Amino acid sequence: MTSMTPASTPPWRRERRAHFPGVPAWGLATTRQSPEPFQVSPLAEVTRQWAWDGSDGTGVRVCVVDTGVDGCHPKIGGLERSLEVVSGDGGELLVADCHPVDPAGHGTACAGVIRSIAPGASLTSLRVLTDGKTGTGDALMAGLRWAVDEGFDLVNLSLSTTRSGFRESLHELADRAYFRRCLLIAAAHNMPVVSFPWTFSSVVSVASHDEADPMTYYYNPAPPAEFHARGVRVPVAWPGGREIRSTGNSFAAPHITGICALILSKHPWLTPFQLKTVLYLAADNTMTRTTP
Amino acid sequence: MSRDDIDGTERTLLQSIVEVARHMFGAAASSIFLVDPDTGELVFEAVSGEGEKKLVGSRLPAGTGIAGWVAASGQPMIADDVSAVTQFAQDAAESTGYVPRTIMAAPLIRFEECVGVLEVLDRTASRSDLDDVEFLGLFATQAACTLELLLRVRHSRLQEPDRDPHALLRRIGERLPGKARPSDAAAVRLLAIADDLLAR
Repeated sequence: MTSMTPASTPPWRRERRAHFPGVPAWGLATTRQSPEPFQVSPLAEVTRQWAWDGSDGTGVRVCVVDTGVDGCHPKIGGLERSLEVVSGDGGELLVADCHPVDPAGHGTACAGVIRSIAPGASLTSLRVLTDGKTGTGDALMAGLRWAVDEGFDLVNLSLSTTRSGFRESLHELADRAYFRRCLLIAAAHNMPVVSFPWTFSSVVSVASHDEADPMTYYYNPAPPAEFHARGVRVPVAWPGGREIRSTGNSFAAPHITGICALILSKHPWLTPFQLKTVLYLAADNTMTRTTP
Repeated sequence: MSRDDIDGTERTLLQSIVEVARHMFGAAASSIFLVDPDTGELVFEAVSGEGEKKLVGSRLPAGTGIAGWVAASGQPMIADDVSAVTQFAQDAAESTGYVPRTIMAAPLIRFEECVGVLEVLDRTASRSDLDDVEFLGLFATQAACTLELLLRVRHSRLQEPDRDPHALLRRIGERLPGKARPSDAAAVRLLAIADDLLAR
């Protein structure tokens, strides 16, 4: 069987095989075939120091799926790319390059939080909330699908949809992201309503705590919100070079995205489940504090 | 209930929502926007406290500022220390004529869709930001339910034939010169049929 995928492509980004070599379909005959070698980050002693000490997020590509990002803001410091979901001639949704602007301010705030924690990470903005009415449905799906295919390491999703019609396709997409080593970090809804995709186990879901330290975060043993990060009176970048203080789970998620960027930069071969485990082991309420 | 009764109740309800929201938080002002289902614009419907009542009816473009994000995302949000931010000052001045230091906004969600935004400006009776955003969200949910019931009553009334054909014709006349929507052409065809019937 020939494949168009180059040999350097890691297994998790490879095209799916058209057929499978039995044992059963998804198995591997390890008696005659060795498991394929791949890069491993062992988890011997996970401490905060191990997890991200000395890291600034360099080499990690983050996509902020939101309202756009003001690329000229001093706290953003430039974007790798700026894109938006637009309607094509036939009404189909496409992703196209656009000016790095943010008419609402929300995406800039999220990107600024990520940058403040991981100054070396590469940020790309993908605007999906452009239309006051339908922003959280089809455009979100089209944008997120693009981001997952594009191979970003992390996708910050400080939004969700309450439309149950999108549940199944979003679920599939979140699983696909997980298997492609594209970790979705999703903000929990701020109201007690059911929404997606933050409620899925394949993503990292984040709600707020009300402490002021950007690096303090907690594992929540009673999900669906798996982690609590800073989300109250957060100083955030706002279009026009300004800074305001803002409250909401929207601003908690990018703290975890920034921390994930630090970890991935130092340990680039971590899988999404390993990365979530490292987050868990280095959280303020679970980490083993080393005595000096 | 006549159409006027329903209109009156809707105005009272909208006003009551902003009055209660303002008093719950000891705020300088509270305002409510409803989303125009055709354009996505936010239509300023009512204000309590500081602000210009004459601005009721004015529109904000879709997806701009805090109210725009709240409508698009269906999520509440708090923004503090905003008075230095030109964009907010403009937004707020456009909607209420009052420039706030803090804005808190929550969506009015009807089924799975955001139909409006409730804003509270410069709250003073605050327990904590986390409690505030939750409290406003709860109140907005209740407000949206009430609004929903009223809209249903109005909708069922609209389906009954108009008692005054001249008022109906006037309203049709006002609505016709709008945008060239496919529904307009269909309406014109129906009018031609009506004209034909009346000429017999």
